[in-house]
Amino acid sequence: MKTSPCNANSALGAGRRERPLLTRSTGRRKLGEQAIMTVLIACSLVAGLVTIGIVASLLFETLRFFQKVPVTEFLFGLEWSPQTALRTDQAGSSGAFGAIPLITGTLLISAIAMIVATPLGLASAIYLAEYASRRTRAIVKPALELLAGVPTVVYGFFAALVVAPFIRMTGSGVGLEVASESALAAGLVMGIMIVPLISSLSDDVVNAVPQSLRDASLGLGATHAETVRRVIIPAAIPGIAGSLLLAISRAIGETMIVVMAAGLAANLTANPLQAVTTITAQIVALLTGDQEFDSAKTLSAFALGLLLFICTLALNVLALRIVKHYREQYD
Amino acid sequence: MTDLLTKVSPQLQRRHASETRLQWYGRLAIVLSLGFLVIMAATIAWQASGALRQTYVALEVDLSEDNVDPQNLAGASYGKIVKAALRDRFPDVKKRRDKRKLYGLVSPDAGLELARQVAADPAMLGGKPKLWFLASDDIGLLHSGQVDAASDESERRVSDKEIAWFTSLENDGDAAARFNWLFFSNGDSREPELAGIFSALMGSVLSLAVCFVLSFPIGVLAAIYLEEFAPKGRISDLIEININNLAAVPSIVFGLLGLAIFLNTFGLPRSTPLVGGMVLSLMTLPTIIIASRASLRGVPPSIREAALGIGASQVQATFHHVAPLALPGMFTGAIVGMARALGDTAPLLMIGMVAFIVDAPSSILEPATALPVQIFLWADSPERAFMEKASAAIIVLLVFLVVMNLAAIILRKRYERRF
Amino acid sequence: MSAYALARDQSGVSADEAAMTREPYIVARNVNVFYGDKQALHNIELDIEANQVTSLIGPSGCGKTTFLHCLNRMNDLIDICRVEGDIRIDGQDIYDPAVDVVSLRAHVGMVFQKPNPFPKPIFENVAYGPRIHGLTRSKSELADLVELSLKRAGLWDEVSDRLDQPGTGLSGGQQQRLCIARAIAVQPKIILMDEPCSALDPIATARIEELMDELRNNFTIIIVTHSMQQAARVSQRTAFFHMGELVESGVTQQIFTAPEDERTQNYITGRIG
Repeated sequence: MKTSPCNANSALGAGRRERPLLTRSTGRRKLGEQAIMTVLIACSLVAGLVTIGIVASLLFETLRFFQKVPVTEFLFGLEWSPQTALRTDQAGSSGAFGAIPLITGTLLISAIAMIVATPLGLASAIYLAEYASRRTRAIVKPALELLAGVPTVVYGFFAALVVAPFIRMTGSGVGLEVASESALAAGLVMGIMIVPLISSLSDDVVNAVPQSLRDASLGLGATHAETVRRVIIPAAIPGIAGSLLLAISRAIGETMIVVMAAGLAANLTANPLQAVTTITAQIVALLTGDQEFDSAKTLSAFALGLLLFICTLALNVLALRIVKHYREQYD
Repeated sequence: MTDLLTKVSPQLQRRHASETRLQWYGRLAIVLSLGFLVIMAATIAWQASGALRQTYVALEVDLSEDNVDPQNLAGASYGKIVKAALRDRFPDVKKRRDKRKLYGLVSPDAGLELARQVAADPAMLGGKPKLWFLASDDIGLLHSGQVDAASDESERRVSDKEIAWFTSLENDGDAAARFNWLFFSNGDSREPELAGIFSALMGSVLSLAVCFVLSFPIGVLAAIYLEEFAPKGRISDLIEININNLAAVPSIVFGLLGLAIFLNTFGLPRSTPLVGGMVLSLMTLPTIIIASRASLRGVPPSIREAALGIGASQVQATFHHVAPLALPGMFTGAIVGMARALGDTAPLLMIGMVAFIVDAPSSILEPATALPVQIFLWADSPERAFMEKASAAIIVLLVFLVVMNLAAIILRKRYERRF
Repeated sequence: MSAYALARDQSGVSADEAAMTREPYIVARNVNVFYGDKQALHNIELDIEANQVTSLIGPSGCGKTTFLHCLNRMNDLIDICRVEGDIRIDGQDIYDPAVDVVSLRAHVGMVFQKPNPFPKPIFENVAYGPRIHGLTRSKSELADLVELSLKRAGLWDEVSDRLDQPGTGLSGGQQQRLCIARAIAVQPKIILMDEPCSALDPIATARIEELMDELRNNFTIIIVTHSMQQAARVSQRTAFFHMGELVESGVTQQIFTAPEDERTQNYITGRIG
């Protein structure tokens, strides 16, 4: 250890141990820190593992399913009545595994939900962003978030036991034939559940439109409403579109509301007053009975699950892409 | 410039009217959305009130030595004693079918109730005390006014005779409504009046505990790595995209994953809080990671720089200085994630938590159900009394959620004052 | 007569001389402006002549932009801002409750400090104002108006072949000229400019200064500027603001060579600023 030049003049005296300026870190600490880093990296990889796990498990079971039921029947078949082979040596199954009625059912209910949620969500967002006082905003915005916080089983309960009978009663009062588990009931309630998704994101997006654009429009003598309709909303369209896509994705993946209020009738129809079933409802039905795990019936649930996963993933990726691109426009 | 007002005036009115309309559309949308929420809450609360009141009837039971041997309390046929008490009260009932209806005034567990009451107070033995017994669910509906006595007998569950008997009991002051404490201490039951949420609550609590123990440490550590140590580049971008996508995957897919891997491949026991918690933790993980990263980002860089400036290594700086400051925000994120996991039903259905479970699970390896699943099962049942029970369970669930969210908000408020 | 024909001075008298014999176009008396409790403008009295460029100069925060924003009531957008006093344009009190502010702003246009074209095609940017005010009756009339406005703003030659391209794709100077064209298209009588060149390079600045001189034949222009040199270059009259007060106003030449107030003198010579 070299003597440092200032030691001779050090006021601290001879009791002070000398420390060189630059030392290598001690071996023990480095080992410990390496261990910590390994743990950290491992934890970060868990999320990736989960995704891989989802894809792998769904894919694996789906492939086993397609060994029993042809892909074309699944994707293009118009009849869904899943039956299991009665004997294990039966080549296929005696039932039909055409997913089209499920897809149309899902789309019908989601469409109803979006028809309900989009105007409500957008109008609320515009009002909150452009017209509401700070106090109103502080109360209403969290209140709308409450809608998102209510568990879907509660919505399903309300839909099945209050809304559906009400619609049925009103319908038959007017002379229409309404199923006891109409797509309308499920779609309506689902729409309300989605409103905060649209309103919250759209509100953020509308607020992000620069004030300079508003000033320019108002300076030209436009009313506030004209500014909103002709300048702000067009500027915010990409973000709003993103929020709508996320909402659709949520609607498609929703389970409890449709299980409780929409039932299991695999009808191929566009009539909202009839009962339809969705992909998610069928997955639940197929897997909550006593089933042998290898049967075509059980495996079809995984095929449906994979279909669902791919669709929602595609929608989410698209939505996030649009929102990101839009944000770059203004940065 | 006197034409300031008139230059474009014919259109001005229309333009201003359109402005007012736009505002009203907005208000209407908000009122409709919130109105739905209010109606839903009010309807459910009103239903729940029915479940929280229980009807009891008072009967004189003969606890003389013939019926109950003081040395052998357990050996007595308490059910028979209750039936005898009913027969004594209504001596006119002769036909066997009518007698069966008479016995149906009280809950089928009445015998057990009597046994419990005798064991609790053996001093009653030898006498003929008047004791209270839980009425059956149909009588309970009758008492709370849910049965239309004026309608045709074939259209209701309660016959004219039963109405007559109950009215007689009421007139003698032998019918009363009490708060339904059983709801909170009992597990599920086939009889609506005995059904309670205790086992479901325990199942939920255990599942959430497993969920927290798994997802919080992993989530926090992952967030710390991604935010503080990971080199910025394609891989960390990919991980971030992956996490964002996971956060938006429908919850049922996680259930499928749990079914395929946890139950099938690993062979873990079905329908247990362990597996339920594991599936829920997979769902909560992205939420915790995202919230924790945001919380870490909120720590001012000056703190990191100060720690590094003293000579701390990056690991030390992060764990001794940055992470503790971000911890409250991480907890807030965890609470919010837990709240979402508490209400999520679909994945639990997938891993089998739909069985009829009466006893509360005493460990994470015993079959259990969860509160939202219980609501789902009761809602499915055709009996009206179960609908009321489901509503009451919903209220309990919502109370828990409100408490958890309030805790998160309070935590966030306290944390915000720091910087 | 089609809606967009604009008045011209046909008599042969120069704009400056004509102005001196007319009543002042904008008259402000006893104008006090408050932001909450803070008073931003104290007792402003100012006359502004028609068809001239008047510049408002002064150090930062002296209130000149605040005063500018009073003239088209953009201050109304700020909750805590309170305007007292009398401001008349062509004899009409613009703060009269009967006045529709939307209509006022069709008469008093504004160009902002940082160019803010809409993220729409160039054509749509200029057509926006005439559309909402319903100034034209047919598509061809609108197209003609857009062309005229772009020509007036000196931008037509550069963009005539790409009117459907977004306005945000132009350079800074072009964007500002687009904003000027947009303001002109509404056919205001007055154009307010709030430091229009501060975000532009010298060449773009020079172009816009040239523009101002052409525009004043048809419009009254009031410009807020930080640059005394610019004020000297473009304006016929100048008003000097300091700490919320109107210190001095008069012919530009005179303000810069022989100011009456000591504060004006100090500002011009750079002792304050």
